[in-house]
Amino acid sequence: MTEFTLWDIARNLLLAARWTIALSLTAFVLGGLVGLAVLFARVSKSKGLRYGAIGFIELFQGTPLLMQLFLAFFGLSLLGLQTSSWFAAALALTLWSAAFLAEIWRGCVESIARGQWEASSSLAMGYFQQMRYVILPQALRIAVAPTVGFSVQVVKGTALASIIGFVELSKASTMITNATFKPFTVYAVTALFYFALCWPLSAWSQRLERKLGGSHLH
Amino acid sequence: MAYTFDFVDVFKYTDVLAKGVAFTAVLIGVGGTLGVAVGIFGAWARGYSRVKALDWIVGAYVELVRNTPFLIQLFFIFFGLPSLGVKLTELQAALIAMVFNLGAYSTEIIRAGIQAIPRGQLEAGASLAMSRIQVFRHVVLRPALQKIWPALSSQLVIVMFGSAVCSQIAVEELTFAANFIQSRNFRAFEVYFVATAVYLGLAILLRQLMRGIGAWFVFGRRAP
Repeated sequence: MTEFTLWDIARNLLLAARWTIALSLTAFVLGGLVGLAVLFARVSKSKGLRYGAIGFIELFQGTPLLMQLFLAFFGLSLLGLQTSSWFAAALALTLWSAAFLAEIWRGCVESIARGQWEASSSLAMGYFQQMRYVILPQALRIAVAPTVGFSVQVVKGTALASIIGFVELSKASTMITNATFKPFTVYAVTALFYFALCWPLSAWSQRLERKLGGSHLH
Repeated sequence: MAYTFDFVDVFKYTDVLAKGVAFTAVLIGVGGTLGVAVGIFGAWARGYSRVKALDWIVGAYVELVRNTPFLIQLFFIFFGLPSLGVKLTELQAALIAMVFNLGAYSTEIIRAGIQAIPRGQLEAGASLAMSRIQVFRHVVLRPALQKIWPALSSQLVIVMFGSAVCSQIAVEELTFAANFIQSRNFRAFEVYFVATAVYLGLAILLRQLMRGIGAWFVFGRRAP
């Protein structure tokens, strides 16, 4: 039997961490784009769009991410789509992130004073112009800190993709455990890897909050 | 090939689902109660105790938990700890993981509530010859919990969703039940659809329950 050193374990986990990062980035970036669309629907004047967005947000915030992953993984293949666990995980995590980001950003958009909407509409701006030139630039400033904070949730959420068979950090750690019989070491190192990914983001978010948060309150 | 949905095949297993719901309720009931208790202690340790080391230890614990996935925490406790001689059943491991996880999040939530209590209140309590513990219990904790009750309720719902992961160490909760049924009738989509709907219902129920508990114990029966 081969002896697995700590270095062997760490190196293999490091290789798998690439997939955690790739999945996190995909879910965060695509989730941000979809989330922006949901946000526009959520704060639009059309009742249908608004209720559609609320339903989307309630559905994805109100059910476990694991269930969403299962539904994406098994549901898409029922529709006749050939799905990989990568695709299903990316899809579910994107929609899940979109729901949370839309709701985070809604808070930021709604914290912009009503007068700003009225002033821009008195300048004959259309809805998208108001958003583009008046509301979003101001909301963006408030949104940075909580958005960075949410990216930590996305990184942690990718761990669940292991359950539908996507080989990222968590799945790799289970596989390495099965090969080495060293669960204590492997999961401790895995936890450190996640910590190394998430903690800088958390700390950055907290710093941003201190820097940008107070100025808007008064 | 067109797929025909068949939900009847799922509802044949209602008893299995009911047992899963019961396990999920136990997880969130026991884990939630103990986790919030840990959170109250943690918030006290960070914001109120005079022991500096306690503040640091709890701070490190909070950062560690909040920056690692629940799945890894669960696996570390269930698979990792036995090599230190700590043998745990699946349910014990799941409960410890949930308390460990929720404890950290609720520490931060409750601490935010405590920070919102004006210093003058503490001085007023002290001037009534209350001890530090009495001031914490009567003057600080209750108003702090009132302020953060909605956030704490949301965190409990999040933890309940997280408990789905406990199926991975064979705790027979709702997701485990869904996996079990799926392995019997191969109706994956229908089973997970039903399970998701049940989770949605449980989340609504949990929110109502928290509202009731809040009205009774935290807001002193005068809740809006």
